[in-house]
Amino acid sequence: MLLGLASVTAAAQTVRTGLSPDISDTGTSLYPKPIPNNSILDFGVPALSRVGGTGLSSNTLNGAAPYGSPIEDTRIYFHGVLNQFEGRVGNGSYLRWDSEVWAGDDYNRIWLKSEGRYNSDNKGKVSDGDQEALYDRPISRYFDVQAGIRYDLDSGPGRTWAALGIEGLALDFWKVQATVYASDNGHYALRTNANYDLYVTQKLVLQPQIETNWYSKQDRGRGVGAGLSDIDMGLRLRYEFTRKFAPYVGVAYQRFFGGTEGLTHEQGGRVNDLRFVFGIRLWY
Amino acid sequence: MSKSGDILTIDRRRFVQGLAGLGASAAVGLRSAPALAVTGPAEPSSLRGNRFKLSLDRITVNKTGLPSWANAINGSVPGPILHWKEGDVVTLDVTNNLPVTTGVHWHGIILPNPMDGVPGLEFPGIQPGETFTYRFPVIQSGTYWYHSHMGYQEQKGAYGVLIIEPAGEPMIRADRDYPIVLSDWMDGDPLVVANNVKQNPDYYNYRRRTLGTFISDAKQSGLSATINERLSWGEMRMDPSGLAEPTGALYTYLINGAPPAANWTALFKLGERVRLRFINASAITYYDIRIPGLTMEVVHVHGNDVRPVQVDELRIGVAETYDVIVEPKENRAYTIFAQDYERSGYARGTLAPRAGMVAAIPDMDPRPMRSMADMGMHMMPKEVGASKPDGTRIGGIMGMMAKTVPTAERVGEQPMHPNTPDNPAISVEVQSNAKMVSDRLGLPGDGLNLLNRRVLTLAELRSIHPGVDPRPPGREILLHLTGNMNRFIWGFDGKKYSEVGPIDVKLGERFRLRFINDTMMSHPIHLHGMWMELENGGGEHRPYLHTINVKPAEDVSLLVTPLATGQWPLHCHVLYHFEAGMFRTLRVLPA
Repeated sequence: MLLGLASVTAAAQTVRTGLSPDISDTGTSLYPKPIPNNSILDFGVPALSRVGGTGLSSNTLNGAAPYGSPIEDTRIYFHGVLNQFEGRVGNGSYLRWDSEVWAGDDYNRIWLKSEGRYNSDNKGKVSDGDQEALYDRPISRYFDVQAGIRYDLDSGPGRTWAALGIEGLALDFWKVQATVYASDNGHYALRTNANYDLYVTQKLVLQPQIETNWYSKQDRGRGVGAGLSDIDMGLRLRYEFTRKFAPYVGVAYQRFFGGTEGLTHEQGGRVNDLRFVFGIRLWY
Repeated sequence: MSKSGDILTIDRRRFVQGLAGLGASAAVGLRSAPALAVTGPAEPSSLRGNRFKLSLDRITVNKTGLPSWANAINGSVPGPILHWKEGDVVTLDVTNNLPVTTGVHWHGIILPNPMDGVPGLEFPGIQPGETFTYRFPVIQSGTYWYHSHMGYQEQKGAYGVLIIEPAGEPMIRADRDYPIVLSDWMDGDPLVVANNVKQNPDYYNYRRRTLGTFISDAKQSGLSATINERLSWGEMRMDPSGLAEPTGALYTYLINGAPPAANWTALFKLGERVRLRFINASAITYYDIRIPGLTMEVVHVHGNDVRPVQVDELRIGVAETYDVIVEPKENRAYTIFAQDYERSGYARGTLAPRAGMVAAIPDMDPRPMRSMADMGMHMMPKEVGASKPDGTRIGGIMGMMAKTVPTAERVGEQPMHPNTPDNPAISVEVQSNAKMVSDRLGLPGDGLNLLNRRVLTLAELRSIHPGVDPRPPGREILLHLTGNMNRFIWGFDGKKYSEVGPIDVKLGERFRLRFINDTMMSHPIHLHGMWMELENGGGEHRPYLHTINVKPAEDVSLLVTPLATGQWPLHCHVLYHFEAGMFRTLRVLPA
């Protein structure tokens, strides 16, 4: 019931059912009635002295949150995502991973990305190894900018790059990223990646994915030529037992171009490589 | 619609239905005097008087068939039912036996600021092992509730019923009187939920649109219309099926702490008037309540008596309370059915002449989806899937034609709002602006618009008493409700709590609070320590609310007179929204 209200009788006449007919003012309110302008009800600070013994500050008006903060909207979150962890079976099989870990609040995050392949039938050589440490900051509704370093760590010669890229949600929930890299000896590179989750059912998800790599100069040591180096495409069908655990099957197709194509030929690799893949997608 | 297929990891049915037999005790009401009658081992006790001892303890409960930890108050979930008396000065000694800081907040109660119980803002909080004494005069009566206002404690059981008897004769007569607390229980850790939705906002949406719904929509509405509709949502990177997060895929919905399988039962005798005090103590869940076969007469809202409105169904937002009177005309059982508004699960109880009786549980209604109207967009000529025979898509646009409050009625008492609100700039924290906002008080809400039932709307509420402060507002404080679903950042005017200072008002000042919802979610906005009088065309009989449910693309205004100085929270009561930033301080300075 409303606080100590005067003149409820007029209202009572309009009452239909549900209420007893003999409505009377309850009369015991601590509120003055009717409430005059400006002189209302300040039982704020004076009431404190009556309460006593609480150890409270007598003035809660200084500062926005005198006792800390009522909520934690700057909480640190942590996530690890293993997007691909798969065997690629074909003419010689290998294991490929593509993962990322991030930690931070809404505006400041550290990302660690790692990808590469482990060639079980090629003396256990790791190739295509690429590790990145990036600072991530959102710049718009759907996009983050990321800056940091990339280090190509695998069985080949190591290369260090500065990295600057964007990552986010493009139209229709396409997840896209594009990163440019500059190495200390004047090489530039660009990588783009895009993927999409098509929900066939609530748990069965078809994911097309495409990655491209571009280099400004040839690097024989790492087997890349200038220009578009390779395209890696995949079509994976995963089943989300839970959101965090989803095994998948699919196909992956890799094609080398330009100078890279020639170098791949030289080294006896396959320029066109279509493979059956099976793996799991995990995140924490 | 069946819930099967939501989560298969454990026995899903057992989880959502809960543990049969738990607290399946009939409540026994007294015949003559109106009595709050709740008994049974799993049910909260009733405490009366003006001095109370409460303690918060970490205990193990079993609501779903699996044991889980809970933040119990006096050993139960929900906590004890507190009975206060208007005019008393109440003293509550609250002992914190949890391993973390806590603070109990008396929801809807007008009191001195440091007694309001919000740690970090109004007092330092109650440290582990400490006892804090609340003491304040009780100057109101009605149905309220209380809960922990610290972290995610409320999600794990720290809430209870608060009933204040009026100092004089009660206006509402009833032979039986039952509080019915609705809540959403989860066995896990709410912090994990917060973490999951930060990484993937659709984590708990197992009702999203798929290839199959695309094909069926294309069959019904045509391929190009369907593609265009999908592209419109894709352009916004929003999913019209994402109404709530988490959903029934996670939650077991409880009535008075009892899961559906336990069938909490309230007794009646034929011819009796039964008062049901619905209290939504959920962390995030809106419920649509009905009792098939019975008309509910809404008589008391948010602690205040209202002119009775007869309805078949009502939607109760998070933190709201609605009291209804029902008069069963048959000597049989009736199901108290409270489906979550996303239709992913329900809470269920029974009203029966004898313990052990059951009535049929109705099917859940078709789930609603958001429409372009909810996004404040211009209506599309053909709303895809709008009124499909199988009802997978209802709500939104069709209902808009139904019964909106004529703008003229509101204009009578106030200058009309310009319909060109200053939209906050699109940013990391502002995913969308509602371009066309409207008065949607006359709409029952998505999912209830086309069901051919009498559903309560906020436009129908009239306070019994005329408002106590007849002054016109001296100024307007406009707040846009904003957020970015994909980043799971929520706030007002594009700012999280931590990024912006308090809003200053003066004690006794008369001002208008106006909310414009730019998001596709409903937000129950709660203001502590003072009433909000809803401008719904009711003239001086504006309903007094402590929480206002703001629908997507809605423009709603309320009149406020601050009653005590101090720092008062103004926040969305969806737990995961306000913890993510949808929180402001309304600072009331001395006049």
